Amino acid sequence: MEWDWNFVWEIMPTLIQGVKITILATLLGSVLAAIVGLAIALAPRSPNKGLSRTVGFLAEFIRGTPLLVQLYFIFYVLPDIGILLPPLVAGVIGLGLHYGTYTAEVYRAGIDNVPRGQWEAAKACNLNARQTWTHIIMPQAIPPMIPALANYFIAMFKETPLLSAITVLELMNQAKSVANTYYRYVEPMTLVGAFFLVISLFSVVLLRWLERRYGKIER
Amino acid sequence: MTQWSGYFGLILQGALITIELTLMGSVLALIMAFLAGLGRLSRFFVIRALATAYIEFFRGTSIFVQLFWAYFVLPFIGISLTPLQAGVLALGLNVGAYAAEVVRGAIQSIGREQYEACTALNLGRWQAMRHVILPQALLVMLPTFGNNAIELLKATAVVSLISLTDLTFQAQVVRSQTGNTLVPFTTILIIYFALALIISWGVRSLERRMARGLDGVRV
Repeated sequence: MEWDWNFVWEIMPTLIQGVKITILATLLGSVLAAIVGLAIALAPRSPNKGLSRTVGFLAEFIRGTPLLVQLYFIFYVLPDIGILLPPLVAGVIGLGLHYGTYTAEVYRAGIDNVPRGQWEAAKACNLNARQTWTHIIMPQAIPPMIPALANYFIAMFKETPLLSAITVLELMNQAKSVANTYYRYVEPMTLVGAFFLVISLFSVVLLRWLERRYGKIER
Repeated sequence: MTQWSGYFGLILQGALITIELTLMGSVLALIMAFLAGLGRLSRFFVIRALATAYIEFFRGTSIFVQLFWAYFVLPFIGISLTPLQAGVLALGLNVGAYAAEVVRGAIQSIGREQYEACTALNLGRWQAMRHVILPQALLVMLPTFGNNAIELLKATAVVSLISLTDLTFQAQVVRSQTGNTLVPFTTILIIYFALALIISWGVRSLERRMARGLDGVRV
């Protein structure tokens, strides 16, 4: 089958619509993953052993099972117990939870990398727990985490096509509907690939910059 | 009361397909990982460029897009693949690209003195790689390979979308026939998790076995 540029320009607006949803889902998912990850990373530090064990097991479970099945679970099972979510919201929750278990490891490593002396100094300065976290630990722990976090957000971006399986009209789904309407698969599917490749390559450049900017902190 | 035993049989058939896909995908991924990983360390520019292009391309676009491309676009240029072939191809090439970076990193992590010792012993490039560098590098690669295998297992869920009857597909069948969502999806989540545990356990015992006799060697 021939590559047809006219067809490409014809379907471009539809695909751009899809790209917007894809990026929106990635951004919302990233915010959620950043929050969920922090919660999961802090749970083992809680004095409540039951809580920390449960959270630890759940995180392990979510990390060991496919995102697609988790999306189905959120989209199909939750309505049975009365929680009806729009597809995009279900997708963002799925992405956020799944990648939250990964970002949790980044947070954990980042917090563990803050030298013991800093904790002791904070205690010596009579700072309370909240002050220690917000003024001493977090400002030192977060900058080195940024490249690793961004890495996972790029990975998440590449998983967003899965949302098409729960009827979110993102890039992949738009391409599929275009392909099914005109019965031409070559252009839409190749363009989807090209979109992802271009955006990924740009984000890799951004990532390298983040690594240079935040990778090492001056002590 | 629904006849759960029959449906459970369906799910088990799906599990077999998932295991089959994971195994075949892993074999292809392993081959690609070594080809591309060693290719990136080649003396020849062309081989390095090819390996880098392969790795960047497959890491830059999502597995989902690659799978759809293999299944829907390749037939138009004359290559028809069965869903299973397309699945193995996409999974193997995608995970292989990630694992190639692991191979490269592990080989580069072997100290300079090992290479110098090889030169001193008058070993050829191939001999040095085969007898000195790889045996040590393999041990470094193993844990990450285990993680990659689990990622591959999780990625197999995507093949259900190109009508391959794996676990996720069968769960959808059960859902549409019984109207029950909780049971099939919970069952397959548990099966996926169990498979992931088996992989990580297998890799750990393999690691112990390979580390035997290497006590005192810096790894």
